[in-house]
Amino acid sequence: MVQMNMVSSLNNALDLLMKEDPNVVLLGEDVGKDGGVFRVTDGLLDKYGADRVIDTPLAESGIAGTAIGMALAGLHPIPEIQFAGFMFLGFSQLINHASRYRSRTRSTLKVPMVIRTPVSGGVRTLEHHSDSPEAYYSHIGGLIVVEPSNPYDAKGLLIKAAHMQDPVVFLEPTKLYRLFKQDVPESMYEVEIGKAAQVAEGDKLSIITYGTMVPVVKDVVAKKNVSADIIDLRTINPLDEKAIITTAKKTGRVLIVHEASLSFGAGAEIAARIAEKAMFDLEAPIMRVGSASFPYPFPGYEQFYIPNALKISKAIDKLLSV
Amino acid sequence: MLSKVFETSVNYLQVLDENGKLDPSTAPKDLDDKKVIDMYKLMCFARSLDAKVLSLQRQGRAVTYAPLIGQEGEQIGSAYAMRKQDFFVPNFRQHGVYLARNFPIDTFALYWKGFEEGGIIPKDSHAFPVIVPVATQIPHAVGVAFAQKYKNTNAAVVTYVGDGGTSEGDFYEGMNFAGALGLHVIFVIENNQWAISVPRTQQTAAKTLAQKAVAAGIDCMQVDGNDAIAVYKAVSDAINNPEKKPMVIECLTYRMSLHTTADDPTKYRPDSAVEAWKPKDPILRVRKYLQDKGAWDDAKQSAMEDEQSKIISAAVEKSEQFKPDPKSMFQNVYSFMPDVLKEEFDDAVANNFWQG
Repeated sequence: MVQMNMVSSLNNALDLLMKEDPNVVLLGEDVGKDGGVFRVTDGLLDKYGADRVIDTPLAESGIAGTAIGMALAGLHPIPEIQFAGFMFLGFSQLINHASRYRSRTRSTLKVPMVIRTPVSGGVRTLEHHSDSPEAYYSHIGGLIVVEPSNPYDAKGLLIKAAHMQDPVVFLEPTKLYRLFKQDVPESMYEVEIGKAAQVAEGDKLSIITYGTMVPVVKDVVAKKNVSADIIDLRTINPLDEKAIITTAKKTGRVLIVHEASLSFGAGAEIAARIAEKAMFDLEAPIMRVGSASFPYPFPGYEQFYIPNALKISKAIDKLLSV
Repeated sequence: MLSKVFETSVNYLQVLDENGKLDPSTAPKDLDDKKVIDMYKLMCFARSLDAKVLSLQRQGRAVTYAPLIGQEGEQIGSAYAMRKQDFFVPNFRQHGVYLARNFPIDTFALYWKGFEEGGIIPKDSHAFPVIVPVATQIPHAVGVAFAQKYKNTNAAVVTYVGDGGTSEGDFYEGMNFAGALGLHVIFVIENNQWAISVPRTQQTAAKTLAQKAVAAGIDCMQVDGNDAIAVYKAVSDAINNPEKKPMVIECLTYRMSLHTTADDPTKYRPDSAVEAWKPKDPILRVRKYLQDKGAWDDAKQSAMEDEQSKIISAAVEKSEQFKPDPKSMFQNVYSFMPDVLKEEFDDAVANNFWQG
């Protein structure tokens, strides 16, 4: 075990994956000599060479599309898009192709790749550097969407994602990159994809969350000293419906918290599934906390946009008062 | 049969060399001392403003900032060539152009303090707000040019892209649209040799970036981007072209500092690479030229610096008075306030979420 932050645990995962499989290649803007703008790929160019760690031209559609071609031809690319806001320039390649090659060829072709990008805000960055795009990529189907909230999960999920034969959108919360360290094994291990983690157990209510909101929710629940199930989804698509329905039936009160804007977000999908499958076990209406329903603002306003502890705390009070 | 169906070449223009020597054979015909002094003052102004915002950022009083230092020649030269009616469609490092277009400095400072109010463009600036995703503003410039043609306004459109940005699809699409639709767009490529850590030589196998215009069927040239007078001439000729043709102008310059304040160039380039460009400084050579002619001296320099520093300080001070009102986030999403959004707003006010 070594104390690692999320950047070092992801770097460690990439190192192990490249050592294990010569078909794993990294590509992206500044991933080589610079080691990535957040240093997630630091040191890998020196270790594995420029044939496997490729500083690409500045073109996101090119990065996503080239990775798809590599994957179709037997490699296992792990492209990096510098910020989630810039991944929309490669959106067409992911939505139109990465998600569909398998179905359009009845599984005779596959797209094994993991496209990584930093997501979400809270670190005072410029426009397009703070988006939370998980719902877009989940909505199409055919793309696995993963978002870790701690260094241990980040490493295990990335390794699992790269061991799969599917396209995975791997979302890394910028704010959590260096927020805290954890004991992380230096060896290879997997964290299951499609399975949520229960990070706290309680019986008064259930809080379903993921990404940047996990540490905030944990903190609020600890300070309020309220008995809550806290579920960290870890995978947005496919959802761990079993974990969601189980906790909803157990406590009868559900709060869903995410940083992405509220309207048409992942919370809507979770709430709908609970309404369909656990409605008569509920004691109160399902509640959601998210950012306001408009694009992420400039950094001077983000403090008014991201759900804060007060907003989550009031939602808990309201839910318990019904 | 094998025959040649197409051939092309790319010209390079320099008027003022790094020693401040002017080549009269290529100098713009309308050049006089007043114009050179105007451009010189604007370049100095841009450099001082750049240093000020950088220092604000280092003190935590501004957000991530993209320094301009070293690129004042191409920005002021091109901006000075623009006529009042022309439009300017920027990316995120256009500080010099904004300044030359009389964009209010306190508004500019507000952008770099992280507020949308920094994107409020005075109508007579004929400018658009900062655009961050690389090259995505280029098709907008094409659309703005179409509107000028449609309305017969006699306005040209100048847009900017870095060396890295010329790899983006939007750059190629924009050039091709401008060529196909015959629109008066001038694409200024600010080739500062670095796309964060990726050097120009790794960005493309093309020998020049200017030649990318050839595939779109539009004219192109390469200019010494640290020679404001050459850039002025190239852009001025393109703007005043009676045929109102699109044009690509590649300015060779150098990013003397950081990509942004989040960047650490020691990871990927030696200091000696930067040193080699110091003698080519765009400001130094114009000062030499003016001083050799007796049109500039130390007294004028210090008077100018005092004046510019006062203007910058007053503007920054004004920008620091700004207090963000979260209501403005909700009021500017649509042309009206949908009920769902109003509910979110009312909920935030009723519960004091913004005080948390």
